[in-house]
Amino acid sequence: MIEERATSGTPATRRPDQPVRRRGLVSWVDVRGRRLGGWAFALNRATGLGVLLYLYLHLVILSMLAGGPGSWDGFVSIAGSPILLLLDVVLLFGLLAHGLNGIRVSLVGLGIVIDRQRALFVAFFVMGLIVFLIGAVRIFGETGGGR
Amino acid sequence: MTEHTANDPRPPAPEQLGGDPQDTPAPLHPAPGHTVTFRVSRSSRGERPHFDTFQVPVEPRTTVLDGLISIRRHQDPTLTLRHSCFHASCGTCAMRVNGREGLACVTKLEELGGGTVTVEPIANAGALISDLVVDMVAFFERYAPMGQPLVRESELGPGSRPAEGVERLERFEDCIECGICMSACPISATDSRYLGPAALAAAWRVMSEPRTADPERAMALADVDHGIWRCHAAFECTEACPSSVDPAGAIMRLRRTAARRRLGGLLSGTRSNR
Repeated sequence: MIEERATSGTPATRRPDQPVRRRGLVSWVDVRGRRLGGWAFALNRATGLGVLLYLYLHLVILSMLAGGPGSWDGFVSIAGSPILLLLDVVLLFGLLAHGLNGIRVSLVGLGIVIDRQRALFVAFFVMGLIVFLIGAVRIFGETGGGR
Repeated sequence: MTEHTANDPRPPAPEQLGGDPQDTPAPLHPAPGHTVTFRVSRSSRGERPHFDTFQVPVEPRTTVLDGLISIRRHQDPTLTLRHSCFHASCGTCAMRVNGREGLACVTKLEELGGGTVTVEPIANAGALISDLVVDMVAFFERYAPMGQPLVRESELGPGSRPAEGVERLERFEDCIECGICMSACPISATDSRYLGPAALAAAWRVMSEPRTADPERAMALADVDHGIWRCHAAFECTEACPSSVDPAGAIMRLRRTAARRRLGGLLSGTRSNR
């Protein structure tokens, strides 16, 4: 639980010694009893953080270019390993989940399809799953098999 | 002993006044044999909450509130909780039951799927006073300024004589001010400045049917960074609301209104008032 002093309120009613009791970050990932929207929220947070982590990782990998051809060729030689290909598949999942759910949240959040947020999630989920499966097969099939 | 908030016009239940638990009507008639384990969050005087475990005899239609009252009456009279109406109208018995928000008075044990029943106070709505009792002052501080125009215009028209003190009882239709939406909202859990679903739903109520309230004032209060634009569309408030208020839908409608106004302002060359 996070406890902090309330920042608003009228002095006449606010008792400053009483912090508002908040659940904190655990509520982002605690999906007990949550419905579809709650799961989508948790998924969006997790994939958002994952994609952010990947961005930094990507920059670290690119920085190998500064180390000369030997450094970069060393990375390329392991880029086709099954573990890194699996990470590519995970990245694809994260990008699809975050991107498609982001479109859903934008559409709902601008009041365009307010009462269809569940149906929209299902539609994007099916769409994303198809793209994900095709992408995963191609990553492991063509990229992996071609090396 | 628990407290009744100054802003809450509802009459306190005997538990709130620290009365003799024997005065409390016990709707539960213990039947031999069948018991359910209750894990109840306990805390007093600002101490870190912990769980106490109780074995509670139950019947087929026993509710969580029945169980808690039984605990108070038969096992631990120091257990503090709020309740009043027993039929989902007053909103005072809002709690987290097995991790999900609900009204204890209408949450039947048989609907929980068996096993241990874990009961905690609602979160994100106010300070924890004791055990399951939350001070709702912080909740009402954000909620009330939006305007609560339940009183009919005819009651406030020329020549009308509204009952004494009726202004104090003005309400936002449907909302029972239980704080469940705040507790279920993952943004309210981490953003202390977020107005929250209840206040924003009240703002939309004023926007859609102002009656005696000021819709532009409500919109100005809601159309801020930590207002309608802070919501991340988890829709947990709407799912958890025991009174079908649909706070998330209200927030999205407020956003649509705000977005149209801003777009209109851009197209007409005027600056946004934000």
